[in-house]
Amino acid sequence: MSAGALDFEALPDIARDAVRQALHSGATDAECTISEGSEFSANVRMGELETLKEAGSRGAGLRVLIGKRMGSSYTSDLSPEGIRQMVRSAIDLAALTTEDPHAGLPEAEELGSIGGDLQLFSPDVASLETERKIDAARRAEAAALAFDPRITNSEGAAFDSSIGGRVFANSRGFSGAYRSTYCSVSAVPVAAQNGAMERDYWHALARDFAGLGDPEKIGRIAAQRTLRRLGAVKVETCRVPVVFEPRMARTLVNEIFEAVDGRSIYREASFLAGKLGEKIAAPHVTIVDDGTMPRLFGSQPFDDEGVPTRRTPVVEHGVLKNYLLNAYTARKLGMKTTGNASRGITGNAGIGHGNLYLEPGEKTPEQIISGVKDGFFVTELIGTGVNTVTGDYSRGAVGLWIRNGELAFPVSEVTIAGTLQEMLMGITDIGNDLEFTSSLSAPTLMIGEMTVAGR
Amino acid sequence: MSFSESFFAVKFGLSRRDLENYLSEALSRGGDYADLYFEYLATSSISLDESIVKSATQGVSLGVGARVISGERTGYAYSDDLSPEKIRHAAQVAAMIAAGPAKVDKIPLDEGPKRNLYPVLTAPSETAFRERVELVQRADGAARAYDSRVFQVQATYADNLRQVLVATSDGNLTYDRQPLARIGVYVLARGKDGAPQQGHAGGGGRYELSWFQKERTPEYFANEAARQAIVQLGAAEAPAGEQIVVLGPGWPGVLLHEAVGHGLEADFNRKGVSAFSNRIGQQVASPLCTVVDDGTIGGRRGSLNVDDEGNQTQRNVLIENGILRGYLQDKLSSRILGATPTGSGRRESYEHIPMPRMTNTFMLAGESDPEEIIRSVPRGLYCANFGGGQVDITSGNFVFSASESYLIEDGKLTRPVRNATLIGNGPEAMKHVSMVGYDLKLDEGVGICGKEGQSVPVGVGIPTVRIDRMTVGGTA
Repeated sequence: MSAGALDFEALPDIARDAVRQALHSGATDAECTISEGSEFSANVRMGELETLKEAGSRGAGLRVLIGKRMGSSYTSDLSPEGIRQMVRSAIDLAALTTEDPHAGLPEAEELGSIGGDLQLFSPDVASLETERKIDAARRAEAAALAFDPRITNSEGAAFDSSIGGRVFANSRGFSGAYRSTYCSVSAVPVAAQNGAMERDYWHALARDFAGLGDPEKIGRIAAQRTLRRLGAVKVETCRVPVVFEPRMARTLVNEIFEAVDGRSIYREASFLAGKLGEKIAAPHVTIVDDGTMPRLFGSQPFDDEGVPTRRTPVVEHGVLKNYLLNAYTARKLGMKTTGNASRGITGNAGIGHGNLYLEPGEKTPEQIISGVKDGFFVTELIGTGVNTVTGDYSRGAVGLWIRNGELAFPVSEVTIAGTLQEMLMGITDIGNDLEFTSSLSAPTLMIGEMTVAGR
Repeated sequence: MSFSESFFAVKFGLSRRDLENYLSEALSRGGDYADLYFEYLATSSISLDESIVKSATQGVSLGVGARVISGERTGYAYSDDLSPEKIRHAAQVAAMIAAGPAKVDKIPLDEGPKRNLYPVLTAPSETAFRERVELVQRADGAARAYDSRVFQVQATYADNLRQVLVATSDGNLTYDRQPLARIGVYVLARGKDGAPQQGHAGGGGRYELSWFQKERTPEYFANEAARQAIVQLGAAEAPAGEQIVVLGPGWPGVLLHEAVGHGLEADFNRKGVSAFSNRIGQQVASPLCTVVDDGTIGGRRGSLNVDDEGNQTQRNVLIENGILRGYLQDKLSSRILGATPTGSGRRESYEHIPMPRMTNTFMLAGESDPEEIIRSVPRGLYCANFGGGQVDITSGNFVFSASESYLIEDGKLTRPVRNATLIGNGPEAMKHVSMVGYDLKLDEGVGICGKEGQSVPVGVGIPTVRIDRMTVGGTA
């Protein structure tokens, strides 16, 4: 379905026109971003269609500079009057902010877009019939329910897809646009045993429908993950090796991301501030940010300030190599932007990552686990107990106990704690099972020792 | 005020007849129920960092969401364009969930009773921008003056004014003007060893801007944020393992939100996937505990005149003297369960389908002297402030992260300890509540609750309570 009366092709002109109007109204620099999206979602529960949602919307955001003062505004009304009001509003606000010597757009020579086709858009996501989308969710759930008699219930299964478009133009001559698609299938089965219930989740994400693979496989994995949680116990408080499965290991990559975000660096609000060139992790740890990898979920041709994306090593062989920066934080730190500007429609550009991943090692996950006498294999983490200012780490965890090299029994209602500094230095094993299933990726990781708090 | 003077009638020329026609369109394929949710949202935000007002943003978004319920099925579509053809199109797309001939031909709309829990004449977003900029500048000055070890201050101010209109096929027409404002201060302080510690504080509600001049000033929040950062400078490692835990009054009420609140949302319970499913009438907490969710407290962040389905919010007793009393219902769940709606249907915006959600969730005051509660603990942890929390509603396991806590030794608070996560199981943890203070306090008005990708503003509160057993996730 169409998101509105205007075609995507008409949006770059609107963005360029907003920039022109801002300059006419007294701005010394301006940039405009427009995003367009349409979404579809179908939820199925216990075999029945439960919700169907289909719609689209658009919005424009403007940032203006008057000298070293900045103002910004946004609107969902892309009519000529809507755009005029947005321009007026940003200009008015710029008068109220303080001069900031580091404010400004990227330099003209920093702007641009990477060449080649990133293959972010697949037309089959738009053309697929509704019935097939619903059917994918239905098949995933049916496979989960059929997997084992202990799977007694379901929170449902879903098919989601979206088609997004992004347009960006600024007063230094940049104008660019790209579209992207994604679709996903997910399932959340519920298992019961002795009056206690558990749920878990699995999903597949792809740029095109074909990339999702077999929906039954999603359902079966979700069922297996749920079943292995049944009968979980709380263990005694202890210090043991902790193994993170890939989906959990990538949350550690996210903590690194927050700690190398240029905004936390210039504010000295990160345990990695001032540590460039220092050893911060075990020598076999390499973490890379790469926004240029075709089809992947963290890829885009240019960042949200019009700077080409690129490959940036963040940690190489345990040494901190780069922070992730936009134009502002680069200027603050006397460095160059790394093409990591990220923004929505409102406000100023922050920092985002491309495909941020930890490079794989040699061992299979089974080999890693087989070397542990007593340890904790983590399959879910909950809560917000990570402080990237100090590095203090304490989160709720669910998983399986490792005994004599094997996954022995399920564990829940415990926490794992330590500091990110010690955890990074303490990575003793890295699995060979890296898969790019999200914009954050990591293989299985083992940390030599952490505190598991339970009974 | 009558409908013809209401925001959407005046600004977009919507008439009662138009709404009735759109609802008929939504039910043209035989759906059982339909509603329309119109939203016009104006927001502003200001942020200060390094004593520089680095950004000021404002903007507007608007749209309409159309929902059709057919049996247990929901069809939903929305439009960010309020032209008649787009609204009709959204209604038609939502109607696709049903297949058959229309069952009704006319839907007469009536306005229900009205009230105003937030009689704000001039919303903060309608106030001169400069006055709002001053708030963040004052916060910055106060935080820096608090202690010379403070080296970074970020202050943010944000407000919005939401105009909503809900029209339902069961004949209800409601509209509301919902102002909301919030200030937040984030402070970093550095100790002798050079390692920084953070503190944050903030608050607000559905008030006029003068609330930040008279009730809770920028200086109040700045001092509180700076105090927390300074306290953390001396913090030791937190204990690991089961402890006696005392929660201080106010924001630690987030315990109730996670341990109890989410598990009582009716969508999870009609599906039978909550640890609280089928437990109405059972003992799920100590007899000292009575927990309510109250959307009717004047001016509070979590309060609403009407929920996002057009029902008046109310005070719902969730747990009474330890016994589970009721669930939080939205329209869909109450239709399926044959229950009365509790005014708990909320949504993030017109792009979202409403769900049962909390408003202001708190435990009623007990009889114990808060100081006596602390004195009763030979060894344990006192938690004064928390960050966020999370719950797995199926197993009932929940966590929340203490951002300011102290060791209790021989009935006295001794040393501050570092951030630690506390973990427990919903239907079990509250059975260990052994003392409840008389000092009920609600939070300052900063809560945001996330569920299935939708964020809504909420409030929490609790008096000082003693919990005899809870796992503390420290390292010592």
